[in-house]
Amino acid sequence: MAKTLLILGGGTAGTMAANRLAQELDLNEWRIIVVDQGRVHYYQPGFLFIPFGIYKKQDVIKPRRSFFAPGVEFVLSEIDVIEPDKKRVRIKADGGRYISYDFLIIATGTSPRPEETPGMKDGGLWYKDIFDFYTLEGAVRLARRLRTWEGGRLVLNIVDMPIKCPVAPLEFIFLADWYLRENGLRQKTEIVYVTPLPGAFTKPRASQVLGHMLEDRGIHLVTDYYIERVDPERKVIVSYDEREEPFDLLVTIPLNKGSDAIARSGIGDELNYVPTDPHTLKAKELEDVFVLGDATDVPTSKAGSVAHFMVDAFVPNFLRYIEGMEMLPTFDGHANCYIESGFGKGFLIDFNYEVEPLPGKFPLPGLGPFSLLQESVVNHWGKMLFRTLYWHVLMKGRRLPIPAQMMMAGKWA
Amino acid sequence: MPVRAIGALQVEVDAEGYLVNPQDWTPEIAEAFAKEEGIELTDRHWEVINFVRKFYEERGQSPTIRQITTGSGVPTKELFKLFPGGPAKKVARIAGVPKPAGCI
Repeated sequence: MAKTLLILGGGTAGTMAANRLAQELDLNEWRIIVVDQGRVHYYQPGFLFIPFGIYKKQDVIKPRRSFFAPGVEFVLSEIDVIEPDKKRVRIKADGGRYISYDFLIIATGTSPRPEETPGMKDGGLWYKDIFDFYTLEGAVRLARRLRTWEGGRLVLNIVDMPIKCPVAPLEFIFLADWYLRENGLRQKTEIVYVTPLPGAFTKPRASQVLGHMLEDRGIHLVTDYYIERVDPERKVIVSYDEREEPFDLLVTIPLNKGSDAIARSGIGDELNYVPTDPHTLKAKELEDVFVLGDATDVPTSKAGSVAHFMVDAFVPNFLRYIEGMEMLPTFDGHANCYIESGFGKGFLIDFNYEVEPLPGKFPLPGLGPFSLLQESVVNHWGKMLFRTLYWHVLMKGRRLPIPAQMMMAGKWA
Repeated sequence: MPVRAIGALQVEVDAEGYLVNPQDWTPEIAEAFAKEEGIELTDRHWEVINFVRKFYEERGQSPTIRQITTGSGVPTKELFKLFPGGPAKKVARIAGVPKPAGCI
């Protein structure tokens, strides 16, 4: 009888895992089923560019179904509950039917929850003077708001960590600084970066090399700020220790939480992330269940590049597991992120669980080298080119010539 | 890394005074670091400190404020009164675990 590999979530991690495993598994003996609630596959790194008119909506969406390799079955449905004891998942479509599995991959991601902060979504200012940009709708509406911006106090606030793509808030303010200068509005705009962390940069080497970037651009920094609520009447945010930041435009990075299906199934932590072995990506408490991408609780960034390296490390390990062999601790927390800094330049950072972002060069056959922790035009083009690689290489189950594990070559330790 | 003497102990600390090796931690270190932060430790502080140490041992990372309040049952307002200015980073230092950090 055929074995079933069930994948929950058809985003970056789930799609890559499905297509890579479709090449590795004998499809006469295996069914691969992907369940996702939405018809659209988003290129999420592109959302950042939408508020500034660099990308349009059409640049970041494609039909989800078109990405799956032949042999991968796609089920359009919300996930109701995961029942690991019975090795089955109840979906909401078709009157709530069950899908049984032999092996399960949870790749349900994480999402912003503005409703968790009082006054944010329910205070009458949502999508008028308060916006997120981690959703397509938020990014598109913010673009519209910025086109009519005449100056004032622009506050970017991160509600709490961890967040998806943790460098995007910094990129947003660098791009905002550039965009407002280009449009002659920078002198009329005060930009304030309000973070719950002790600084904009918190890793020693990055702080050393990049610490001056906010000051150079005249961006104000407020640290250790833990928002309690938005006061929509007075247009201020208020922290738990009663500090107030007035705003004309609030760009919020809301609390991020994993899927509600994880909570309903009782298999997640307080933020709905599934406790996961950091090196094999097997769910710690669950048999034959694996977790990829943003849905895990592993201490690395929630980012597409991490999902990519996770899948690269996981696929050969999963093939060992189904043969009854022990999994190897091959995932090292590797992340590799371009950081847009405005004016057509960017940075690149490369790190893992053990090694913080270091300066140096990042070799990439055919394209690189890119400069690490240093602003360059080439890094910016790397980021812009990446959208093409994402759609046509990674999501199609093809590989990039980058090893899954982080390399020290080129880094100045 | 600089080495500090706390009572009879010699411990390595980083540039910001955080323990380099969380396993070096002792309750005396907590008392000494708390005093430097201007905090007199009460039972309620210890509930938070013990929770943070347990969280770090189990998960290999320092908890966020939300993780502390959900996990320990101490409300956020009270947490800010117990560790004024920045509860997550202050309790991390006192509990001998790494300072909460972003990716860069």
